[in-house]
Amino acid sequence: MFNFILRRLGYGILILIGVNLLTFFLFFTVNTPDDMARLNIGGKRVTQEQIEKWKSERGYDRPLYWNEAADGVEKIKRTVLWERSVSLLVLDFGRSDSARSTDIGHEVATRMGVSLQLALPLFLLQLVVSISFSLLLVFFRNSRIDFWGVVLCVLMLSISSLFYIIVGQYFFSRVLRLVPISGFAPGLDAVRFLALPVMLSLLARLGGEARLYRAMFLEEIGRDYVRTARAKGLSETLVLFRHVLRNALIPIITSAGAYLPYVFMGSLVFESFFGIPGLGAFVIEAISGQDFAIVRSMVFLGAALYIASNVLIDIAYTWVDPRVRLS
Amino acid sequence: MGFKFVILWTDVALWVLFATLIGYGFRVVRHDTLRATWRRVLRDAPALCSSLVLLLFVGVTALDSVHFRRALPPADGQPAGTQFFDTRTESLLDLVLARQIGMRETTYSAPLGWQAITKQTVTRDGVSVRELPRLLHGGVHLKNPATEWQADLWQRALLGAAGGLVVALLGALLAAGLLARSHGGFAPAWRDLWADRTHYPVRALLLTLTVACLLAGPVVALMGHYHVFGTDRTGNDVLVQTLKSIRTAFVIGMLSTLATLPIAVVLGILAGWYRGWVDEVVQYLYTTLTSVPNVLLIAACVLMVQVALDKHPEWFETGAERSDIKVFLLCFILGVTGWSTLCRLVRAETLKLRELEFVQAATAFGVAPVRIMARHILPNVMHLVLITTVLSFSDLILYEAVLTYVGVGVDASTSSFGGMINLARSEMSRDPVVWWSFAAAFGFMVTLVLAANLFADGVRDAFDPRSRAQRPRLSRRVAV
Repeated sequence: MFNFILRRLGYGILILIGVNLLTFFLFFTVNTPDDMARLNIGGKRVTQEQIEKWKSERGYDRPLYWNEAADGVEKIKRTVLWERSVSLLVLDFGRSDSARSTDIGHEVATRMGVSLQLALPLFLLQLVVSISFSLLLVFFRNSRIDFWGVVLCVLMLSISSLFYIIVGQYFFSRVLRLVPISGFAPGLDAVRFLALPVMLSLLARLGGEARLYRAMFLEEIGRDYVRTARAKGLSETLVLFRHVLRNALIPIITSAGAYLPYVFMGSLVFESFFGIPGLGAFVIEAISGQDFAIVRSMVFLGAALYIASNVLIDIAYTWVDPRVRLS
Repeated sequence: MGFKFVILWTDVALWVLFATLIGYGFRVVRHDTLRATWRRVLRDAPALCSSLVLLLFVGVTALDSVHFRRALPPADGQPAGTQFFDTRTESLLDLVLARQIGMRETTYSAPLGWQAITKQTVTRDGVSVRELPRLLHGGVHLKNPATEWQADLWQRALLGAAGGLVVALLGALLAAGLLARSHGGFAPAWRDLWADRTHYPVRALLLTLTVACLLAGPVVALMGHYHVFGTDRTGNDVLVQTLKSIRTAFVIGMLSTLATLPIAVVLGILAGWYRGWVDEVVQYLYTTLTSVPNVLLIAACVLMVQVALDKHPEWFETGAERSDIKVFLLCFILGVTGWSTLCRLVRAETLKLRELEFVQAATAFGVAPVRIMARHILPNVMHLVLITTVLSFSDLILYEAVLTYVGVGVDASTSSFGGMINLARSEMSRDPVVWWSFAAAFGFMVTLVLAANLFADGVRDAFDPRSRAQRPRLSRRVAV
């Protein structure tokens, strides 16, 4: 088990290096640091001095990949690529490119907590609601409830999440005035602000998830052990909850685990629509402000979280199914 | 008056795609097993009905994919033999909707309205009064709108609905005529049609056609004199925008998956066939790609493209070409970042296929690996390609809206559902509420995505026997 985790993490670092190279290549081959300086300083006339100053303040004044001026190993080490990559690998994100030059690491640390407040309850509720709804459909399979339930699912998954948000905001905040339209407050007050986004996000994903889980349950229900359980005279409820649910947990963990990185990264759309100052809103600001340092850091963070959550998923398998051995 | 065709990148790609689809159609007709599978798709009522809806959307897309620029009348002092063209690029759809495009108001107006939605100060006979002014185009044919308006609407709508019914009836007659031979005459065919005793679910198809005609008829009848879906902030007809958004949705939905195919299929087959280090490299590549949050990767690529395009304004003759290349590159980016799912499927299938007897036999006969992959493996993974393509179509349309909202989607000058929803966000908080462009985008987008989803389900069920067992069925009472 320990060896397995170690090996997976080793592969993870290899992937992170790949991700880093990819983003670096993307950002710096099309745009030289000079272009970025010009973009960030703004204005029509930017002098070369201003550009040099901007570059040296942010450490872009080295060659990109290969430093001819240095000698030996320093040829590789004294470059933008090396310096940026090494600091990223120890999760030191540096400062943003924008004029305010905020400390990205500090921003991430404070905003991730906010994102978690929205995403963690959502993640757990999502699992409970989707699984119960799909179990209900499976319990009443080949009946009217199942048929119309699936029709409802297909209809719901055909509606863009943006529609849910706009209609929900309009109806609950503007017409009924139940909750504030947007904003955020720390502490218990947050519940007022988070109730609506959690509910709408739940609705927006329910159709797709429930249909997927239903298919997974039906896959299990056709197996021999289910027939055996029924032959023993177990009630249908017991069969579903004790046998089918437990065996379907593996594919469910796989598909729900894919959301894990986003629990920490926050939702781009929901956070910016509801004015929640989490990581998702941070990313949107960075994209609209063309702040490449932030985007690059977030790409890296997202990849790291993805790798970590994959290891977690594998560990969860052994917990759900004792037959699974990690080696 | 002359004109010159403008060949946009997405146009070319779309027409190539249409041609490929027609080519595939011929292949299906000649191939027995393929024909049988596609027949199964068409026997599925939701799939058949949604394919009709999709065909209507494809029609709009095709009309909107032939672009041209009009010639300008010669100006004074222009040297002979030279010809200048309008900077505006138009499509055939613009020609069809020329009247609606010309009916431009000053600002928002409600659907089917004849007066503005906000009061303005008008000076009449030297006295200033605050009133709702009449629209420039909507309902101008009415002399006394306050009394005539409602009656005029009903009259036109009913006339349009009647026209729609006639079309639907003609469709039904045509269907019965086509079925006459196999059902022993026209009258039995007609009866079987209504009792749903036909091989294909024709009754459901005709019902869909009737609903479509009943919706389209009144719209067509009304749109010459009113703004059926109202107008937006700059006074443009929302119906026109919605129709033009269909093409953007199609371009994104179809071209993006098309862009994934070469990478996904080639790498997947290579990894599955050679295994070993090739497999390792391919797996490393797609794990790296999937580990980056998708939106971020796309955002990063789009930002780069944007900067490159901004640096070279000389690449494009007109604004239309510029925004078109942006859509095209967005599709390309979506393709390059989204090939991992299909690649994984193709790799697994190839791993399975290469151990089968027919491949082993080919290897034993000394057929070159490249030839085996092209002749034996590729045709046998095509069903995966097809299923993935149709399934991802609707996802991509939904994705486009999110990307446009985030700010890395299509240009603001290209009308798209995402752009319309994006604007709707502020419109819904106005007073009075401007709900119509949101509602129009909602209606069309849900119809399109729902049709695509139902069609995709039909295709998947026909090509993948395992998923067929999981269809929800209304249990029929069978006497045992």
